[in-house]
Amino acid sequence: MSQRIVDHPVLGSLAARNQLRFTFNGTPYSAYEGETIAAALLASGVRTLRVHEEKGTPRGIYCNIGHCYECRVNVDGVPTVRACMTLVQDGMQVTAGTVLPTPLKKGGHSQ
Amino acid sequence: MIDALIIGAGPAGLSAAIACAKQGLSVRVVDEFYRAGGRLLGQLHQEPDGTWWNGIDEATRLDREARAVGVEIECGVSVYNVVPSPTGWIVSTTTGEIETPQLLIATGASETAVPVPGWTLPGTMSIGAAQVMTNVQRVRVGERGVVIGVNILSVAIARELQLAGIKIDRMILPPVSTVTGNAGVPEEVMRSLLRVAHLAPSPIIRWGSQLMKSTWMQRLGVSLYPPQGFSMWNIPIQLRTAALEIVGTSQVEGVRIARITPDGQPVAGTEQIIPADFVCIAGGLSPLAELAAIAGCPFAYVPSLGGHVPIHNDQMQTSLPGLFVAGNITGVESAKVAMAQGTVAGLSMSYSRGALSDRELLENAIQQVSSVRQRATIQFHPDIVEGRALVGNLALAGSVNQS
Ligand SMILES: Cc1cc2nc3c(=O)[nH]c(=O)nc-3n(C[C@H](O)[C@H](O)[C@H](O)COP(=O)(O)OP(=O)(O)OC[C@H]3O[C@@H](n4cnc5c(N)ncnc54)[C@H](O)[C@@H]3O)c2cc1C
Ligand code: FES
Repeated sequence: MSQRIVDHPVLGSLAARNQLRFTFNGTPYSAYEGETIAAALLASGVRTLRVHEEKGTPRGIYCNIGHCYECRVNVDGVPTVRACMTLVQDGMQVTAGTVLPTPLKKGGHSQ
Repeated sequence: MIDALIIGAGPAGLSAAIACAKQGLSVRVVDEFYRAGGRLLGQLHQEPDGTWWNGIDEATRLDREARAVGVEIECGVSVYNVVPSPTGWIVSTTTGEIETPQLLIATGASETAVPVPGWTLPGTMSIGAAQVMTNVQRVRVGERGVVIGVNILSVAIARELQLAGIKIDRMILPPVSTVTGNAGVPEEVMRSLLRVAHLAPSPIIRWGSQLMKSTWMQRLGVSLYPPQGFSMWNIPIQLRTAALEIVGTSQVEGVRIARITPDGQPVAGTEQIIPADFVCIAGGLSPLAELAAIAGCPFAYVPSLGGHVPIHNDQMQTSLPGLFVAGNITGVESAKVAMAQGTVAGLSMSYSRGALSDRELLENAIQQVSSVRQRATIQFHPDIVEGRALVGNLALAGSVNQS
């Protein structure tokens, strides 16, 4: 069920690569050396990388080249890391961004 | 101490680095992507003679050549500020400040986002995102998708996705709105396709362009345009259909579409939902020129070049001392033009450092840009030459420091 394109009619076949392990929201996943967090997760069918900080609606990649910041995740405790620009390292712990409190919304009343 | 810093390791930045390193300058290139090559990495086109333009190979070649002539390339480094100093430029990066007497900004282009309702659902991405995921990261973006936005880039990338075994159900237009402008109007889309039709990879479009030279013929072409569209490589391109909304709960499940009139208005009673597990939105490209703007560079708005571009002369100098620009930041064109411009910028930087003994090299490189432009297989706008001339004149009028 991996969505990796191993054989390509023009680009050729991918050579064997080292497999790495990482977690996303605590669930283990595998990646190949040289894969971004976004690519490794998509290859395993994971498309939602965070939820909107206020509305909680799901978000994934949009531009895949670092321009839109839609793919931001936490990596080993560092917030706002672009999943599309960051290569997976063995043992990396990635977590999705979550809903944040908005105490000042609606005239200062938190709900 | 370095002689030159280059922001962006795309075809423009790498070519510039090679050119000035060859003249003996010490050069550093920084790029925020994890690998050098820029947008070249994702490009995979069939040339008119049938051979493939393999961007990954081209990028690898440039990267090797640059390193071989002593260029230092650092990836994974983002630049977020550029300020002038008495001796040149101070560049703030995510790994610290870099001082340089000469700076080249070659940050390329970004895609114009088109906010189709539902576009934030995971599984919706820009067409360029799908290109990089498929050709560079080698992961399928889905099984069956819809491309919203018909232009030369989206047609080329749809073909690339298909090569990787991804099904493109159809290509349709975005809903007409103030944001989408002409991209949602069948007549305008048809006209823009016809203007670049001589470059189109399909004989069908080439044939069509012969047939539809006059405006009324174009109108007829669009009104008689078959409801199923025409197919290129078996991908239906439906100019009389628009996406109204991307639907799904936690990810893309389909697209609500409708037939539209030649001026883009939905036809009542023609709505339907077609299934899809991914959607690509193609809104076109515009120069990624923010760093030149914060550096204080004067700009011009030139639609044929993709939008706001920093004013520069044919030697790729801006009006600010020691600041150069090259590649898509100066106007959206193909990678070969970006490379030719990069070479000019590199030689130009060498010249102003007193390192270029033979000025003829620079003159020849400037000539080379025009001849590469003339032979380009992918052209993003028919009026690029006029746009370039306009910027050149503005540079002269503003008397960009001529060295
Ligand atoms: C998504 C996309 C897809 C494209 N596909 C095609 C195609 O298929 N065919 C075609 O002919 N043309 C395509 N183009 C046009 C393409 O930009 C040119 O062909 C060519 O790659 C331009 O070269 P360049 O060197 O000017 O810029 P680029 O190749 O875009 O390189 C710019 C580099 O600068 C880096 N950068 C940008 N900002 C910063 C920063 N602040 N800090 C550090 N680094 C930074 C980027 O990471 C990138 O590597 C595409 C453009 C885009 C945006
Ligand atoms: S998807 Fe746009 S920044 Fe990562």
